[in-house]
Amino acid sequence: MLKEIVVISGKGGTGKTSVVAALAALFDNKVLADCDVDAADLHLVLNPEIIENHEFWSGKTANIDKSKCINCNKCLELCQFEAISDEMVIDKISCEGCGVCFHFCPSGAISLQDNLAGHWYISKTKYGTFVHAKLGIAEENSGKLVTLVKNKARELAAKENKSIILVDGPPGIGCPVIASISGANLVLIITEPTLSGIHDLTRVLSLNKHFNVQTAVCINKSDINQEMTASIIKNCQENNIPVVGVIPYDNSVTKAQIQGLSILEFNPESHTAQIIRKMQEEIITLIS
Amino acid sequence: MRIAIASGKGGTGKTTISSNLAYYLSSQGQATTLVDCDVEEPNNHIFFNPAWYGSEMVQMPVPEVEAEKCTGCGKCAEICEFNALVCLKGNVLIFPELCHGCKGCIMVCPTSALKETTREIGEVQLGIKDRLNIVQGVLRIGEAMSPPLIRKVKEHGDNNGTVIIDCPPGTSCPMIQAVRGSDFVLLVTEPTPFGLNDLKLAVETIRELNLPFAVCINRSTIGDNKVHDYCKQEKIPIILEIPEDREIAQAYSQGRLFLKTLPHYQIQFDTLLKNIKELVVC
Amino acid sequence: MKIAISANDSSLESTLDMRFGRAPSFLIYELEQQTYKSIDNTQNLSSAQGAGIQSAQNLVNADVKVLITGNVGPKAFQVLKTAGVDIYLTPQTTIQEAIDNFKAGKLTKSETNNVEGHWV
Repeated sequence: MLKEIVVISGKGGTGKTSVVAALAALFDNKVLADCDVDAADLHLVLNPEIIENHEFWSGKTANIDKSKCINCNKCLELCQFEAISDEMVIDKISCEGCGVCFHFCPSGAISLQDNLAGHWYISKTKYGTFVHAKLGIAEENSGKLVTLVKNKARELAAKENKSIILVDGPPGIGCPVIASISGANLVLIITEPTLSGIHDLTRVLSLNKHFNVQTAVCINKSDINQEMTASIIKNCQENNIPVVGVIPYDNSVTKAQIQGLSILEFNPESHTAQIIRKMQEEIITLIS
Repeated sequence: MRIAIASGKGGTGKTTISSNLAYYLSSQGQATTLVDCDVEEPNNHIFFNPAWYGSEMVQMPVPEVEAEKCTGCGKCAEICEFNALVCLKGNVLIFPELCHGCKGCIMVCPTSALKETTREIGEVQLGIKDRLNIVQGVLRIGEAMSPPLIRKVKEHGDNNGTVIIDCPPGTSCPMIQAVRGSDFVLLVTEPTPFGLNDLKLAVETIRELNLPFAVCINRSTIGDNKVHDYCKQEKIPIILEIPEDREIAQAYSQGRLFLKTLPHYQIQFDTLLKNIKELVVC
Repeated sequence: MKIAISANDSSLESTLDMRFGRAPSFLIYELEQQTYKSIDNTQNLSSAQGAGIQSAQNLVNADVKVLITGNVGPKAFQVLKTAGVDIYLTPQTTIQEAIDNFKAGKLTKSETNNVEGHWV
C-alpha cells in the first residue's frame, strides 16, 4: 500500500527542506516531490537530471491590440484592479484575468490569453524519481500546481511500484498547504522553539486536525530555547501528537547544503544524522 | 520614506530586521510607523506588545442576486472566470469566497438583478508602543484573498516620517502588493544555497517592479561567499550584514528586540539608514 | 434515470475516482436501459479554482439525478443539492461494483459534504 509523507512547517526557515533531504537519503523505494513551488529548494541538494519539462498554464491575462483600440477608455474605467495604464498598456502583474475589459471592449481590441504560470519537471536523482516545479514570478499560487505535482508523484509511484511518496510541502497555512496535505498518511511538522514558531505550529496543528490527518512533530534548533522546547513537547504529549525528533542547532547541516549534500551523506556519524535516523524509524512505525 | 523589508522565502530574518529597525528609528526620536503586511502571520507585535487603540474591518465587493429580477439567463456565470457563480436551471448560486471582485457579473446582467454587497476578508489593527506606530493586517483564517487587505494596511500605515513595511515572504501577489509604492526595498537573505536561490527570485521580482533595492545578509557567518559573488556580479549593494549570533537567536525566540540587549549593533542600523538614503537619492 | 460515477477511465471495469471536482471523467449510467457513456471532465483538472462547482454544473446540464463518488466538498455539494442531485458516497471500488452496490441499496445517501474544500 502506497504511503504518503508530507513535511510542512507553517513558518519558513525552520529547516524543513534539510530534513526532507536527510529523510530522502534514508527511505528506500520512494518517489520524491517538492510542493514548495513558490521557493523550491530541494533540487539544490538532490542535483536532479531533468527528464521531462512541462509548461504549467493557469488563469488568463488580457492583451490589447493597439491597432484596433479606439482609445475610448472604457476598459480603464471598468477595470477594478488598476491594471490598465493611461497609455492603454496592461500591467501583467496587476491583471487578474477576469475578462471584464475583453467582454466590454466596443472595438474588439482586447483578447484574453491563457497564462503561462510556471513549469513542472520529472527528474532522476540519486534517491529516485523526483517531481518538482517552478512557479513564475508574480504568479498566484492557488494550490493547483501543488496538486499537479502531487498527482504526478502518485502516478509515478504506482507505475514504478514504489511504496512511499516523500513530499516537501509549502510554508504557511493557505491553499497550497491544504492541497499538499490532503490524502497524506502522515504530516510531519518541522518547528522551532520561538514564539512565532509556536504560534505557527498551533495554526498548522489545527489545520491538520480539521483535515483529520495523522501528525507528528520534529523540533529543530531545539537548544535555542530549551524551556520553549520543553513546553512544545509537553503540549504535543497532552494532545497525543508524537514528537519524533528533537534536533539541536548544527551548523554542519548548512555546510552539507553548501556541498549540495544532505547531512546523512555529509556527516553520517554526526549527532544530527543519528537523530534523523531514529526519527525515520519512528515514522515507519507510525505509517505502518 | 517607505522602506519595504522582503525576502524570497520565510525564516531569513525579515521580521527581526523590521522590528529592530523600527525600534531603532523611533528610539532616535524619529516619527516611525511599522507596517506588518505579512497578514497570514503578523508577528511583529510579539516584539512590542503594543496598546491597540483602533481597528477597521476590511471588505471586498461581491455580488448578490435579487431573485425576482433574475431571468436565469446565465450570462453572469458565463462571464465569471473564477467559477464564483453558477446558474442552475434558472437559479443563480454565488460563492463569495471565490470572487475576485471584478464586478463583471454585475455589469453584464441585462436585468440589473445583481447588486454589489461586501464580505469581510480581515482586519487592520492600529497600535502604539512608546513613540512607535504599529499597523498590522490580520487575514481571516481560511481566506485566500490577501492583496486587498494588504492594500488597506498600507493605506493606514501611510504616515509622515519613516514607514517600515514587513512584507509577506515569496514572490507572488501578496509580496508584490506589499512592496509596491515603496521608495526602497531591502531584501533579506542568508549566505546559503537555499538563501541564494530564493534571493535570485526576489531580485527578479523587484527588478520587474523597477524599485531601488539592496541586500541584507543575515547570519552572514554561517555559509559561503556565493551571495556576495552574486551581488557583486549583479551590481547589487550589500548594505547590512548581521553575523550568526546566538544571543540574537535567543532574543528572537523569546520575543525580545535584540538591539535592547545588544546595543553595539546600533551602529550597523545607523549605517544601514545612511546607505538607504544615499541609494534612494540617486 | 441517469447516474454519474466519478471515474478514472471510461469502462465499467475502471476504478472509481475518489475525487469529485478533479476526477478525469464521469461515467453516465442509464439505470433503466443499462447503457452508459463517458463524459470528459479534464477541462476541470486545470481550472484555477472552483473545479467542483464546474463539475457539478456539467452533471446538472447532463440531467443527472444521482452521483456516486468518494468525496464531495462543500461548494459542489451545495450546487448538486440545489439542483436536486442525490449524492451517494462509496469507498474505493470499480465502477461496476459501485453501481451494483447502489442498486442493492448498500450505499447511503449523503446529507452533507464529507470533506472540506481543496480535497484533491
